[in-house]
This record gives sequence, structure tokens and C-alpha cells, in this order.
Amino acid sequence: MTAKTVESDAGTTRTVEGEAALWCDRCGERAAEGDHAACAAARELEPPRYCPACRRRMKVQVLPAGWSAACVEHGTVRSGY
Amino acid sequence: MPEILDIARAQVLERGTGLDEAGVLAVLRLPDEHVPDALQLAHEVRMRWCGPEVEVEGIVSLKTGGCPEDCHFCSQSGLFTSPVRSVWLDIPSLVEAAKQTAATGATEFCIVAAVRGPDERLMKQMREGVAAIKAEVDIQVAASLGMLSQEQVDELVEMGVHRYNHNLETSRTYFPNVVTTHSWEERWDTLRMVRDSGMEVCCGGILGLGETVEQRAEFAAQLAELDPHEVPLNFLNPRPGTPLGDRPVVEGKDALRAIAAFRLAMPRTILRYAGGREITLGDLGTRDGLLGGINAVIVGNYLTTLGRPASADLELLDDLKMPVKALSATL
Repeated sequence: MTAKTVESDAGTTRTVEGEAALWCDRCGERAAEGDHAACAAARELEPPRYCPACRRRMKVQVLPAGWSAACVEHGTVRSGY
Repeated sequence: MPEILDIARAQVLERGTGLDEAGVLAVLRLPDEHVPDALQLAHEVRMRWCGPEVEVEGIVSLKTGGCPEDCHFCSQSGLFTSPVRSVWLDIPSLVEAAKQTAATGATEFCIVAAVRGPDERLMKQMREGVAAIKAEVDIQVAASLGMLSQEQVDELVEMGVHRYNHNLETSRTYFPNVVTTHSWEERWDTLRMVRDSGMEVCCGGILGLGETVEQRAEFAAQLAELDPHEVPLNFLNPRPGTPLGDRPVVEGKDALRAIAAFRLAMPRTILRYAGGREITLGDLGTRDGLLGGINAVIVGNYLTTLGRPASADLELLDDLKMPVKALSATL
């Protein structure tokens, strides 16, 4: 599992893709502990809810053709629109 | 052929009179080997009384999460430990969502808010948002804002909102098991006001909340009594942190039985695939439902979860030679 924070709220780009995620972005538990296969499968039809870097619950907005998820500390992740 | 399907052929297909509660229950109890027969008949009914066109809609959440109500299926209730945080959509993003929807060929765009009913802040956002959409996007605007006062109904009509969604969710007898912070009757009151205002009524619900098959039939009959312009049919997608988060998803065959049964109860309504079809039916089941009474779809993402790409649904409609309803046909 990798973190994919790509844009800070200040508008600067900060790509961390490829860094190991500490937290599962669906269930919010430690990514390295337990089986997150069900989370990964569910994420096919869900946006992320927890920041993979700090476990904060993110502010998520879902639009018809995409989504964005914002962590106050680690910026905003966006789907491909 | 089971007797209920012969009855439905004469009554629903030929005369356009929907099945009553007992008839719906008989369809819901059909053995597996007769489900294709029920779907075939429901498809004939849909083609006869609605035509081949499919109404396409997109939806967006204007105000997400933090809802004071306790609808047990909903990840947006502020009363559960759901990971969904409260957030508002700004007007430019709302207009962008309407544009994304219109780009699919959809004629309907529904603005949804997770609230008991709208407060002044939400109504102001609606006034500005609907005006901005109408100025920039060629699409019909619908709304789903919970329970309304008469003044709010009148204001939505004035804004140009043409259809209002307010789901009864489940049967009257099962509703108290799903929601305790307001009653089925309060929802019915809003629907009556919407109907009287001239706005189109959109009212459906969710299957798989733990209701019995008898209560599913009761629900179909209650919807038929309301006679809504549109019935969105959802299948429970169990959400983490909600009281129904551990419920099993509806079996595909049961979902298809329900689609056929609801069509046979309401031959003329717009019967729309809404949330949950992806996990309940998958691609093949989605196709079966469109050939079994469904004549409308929500394309793209839902409010807090994601759907299939709109292109996948549009390609399927093309394969099935089902034309997308044009905007000119809705005005």
C-alpha cells in the first residue's frame, strides 16, 4: 500500500506516491498489521477516508466523475477525473 | 407458467393496472427457475407502458455528513462512528458536477443534502447553486433535502427544481427498525406537499435492510399507492460504522425478483437503478435488470461511494439498443 498525497491545500504539489503508507486509508488501522485485502477490494468503489500518512479522517467530496480527499496536515488527494 | 405471471400478463401488461400487495408477494416468492419469466414480463410491461428510452441521472452531495438523523443504513449520520466527515460543496464545484453529469447525456441532476430538513444556510446555497447551474448547464435540476415545510416546497418550485426526491426507504411497518428520529408518516407528509406543489415526486428506498419478503411487498404496494413519477431502487451497501454495517448484501436473484415485482406493481413509473447495484448485481445482473423492468439509471458516482464509470453504463445501453432519453423529451 502506498501513500498518494499529491497536492497540498496551499496549492503546491507534494508527491509522496511510493512512500509506504502507515495507515489503511479505508479502515484507519495500521497498514502493516492485519489483512487489508477486503479494504483494498472495497476501495474499488469507495474514496479513501483516512490519511495514509497520519490516520486523520479526511474531508472527502465525491463528484459524479471523481473525488477528492483532504487531510489538514498532508494535503489533498484527487482521483483522475 | 406460475398463475401470478398469467394474472400479471392480463392485468399489468394488457390493462396497465399494477399488481396489489398479494400479487407482488407472489412474484417475490417465485422459485428461481421462474425469475427469468418474471423479468421478461416486467420488460414487456416497461416497453409497453414507458417505452424503450432510459432516463439518465447524476447526483451529488451538496452537504455531506453530520446529519442529526439516525437512518441505520447511512454513513452520513452524525450519530454513528462512520469515517465520513461533514463537508459542504462550493458553488463552482456544484456547477462542475452538473457539467460532468450533462457530459454523459444525462437529463437529470439531483442535488442532495444530508439533513433532517433544510435550514436557511442550505436554502441559500440551493438558491445560488440552482441559479448557477441553470445559467451554465442544460439539464433538469432535482433536489433531495429531507423533510420540507410548505414554504420550502414553494421556494424550490420558484427556483425551478422540477423533481423532489424523498425516499420512504422501506415499508411502513419496518421503518421504525431503521429510523427512530422521525417517522414514516413525516416523510409521507413531505411527499404529499411536494405532490400538491406540482413538482414531480421521486420516492423509493433500499432493499436489504433486514425487511421480510412480506414487508418488501408491503413497501411496493405503499409506493404504488403514492404513485410517484420515479422510484429509485437501492440495494444496501453496508457502510462501516453504521448499525447495518454488518448486514449481508442482497442476493442477486432476490434483487432481480424485486426489480420485476416493483415494475409489475408500478407499470408506468420511472424505475431507476440507484446505489448498491454494483455489489449486489455486478455487470451481468445490471444488464438483467435493464431487461427486467428498469428504465433509468444513476450514472457515475453516488454521494459517498463510487459507481461504475458512466461510459460503462452508456455502452451497455447502446448494446441493448435502449436510447437515452433526450432533454427535449423531459421538458
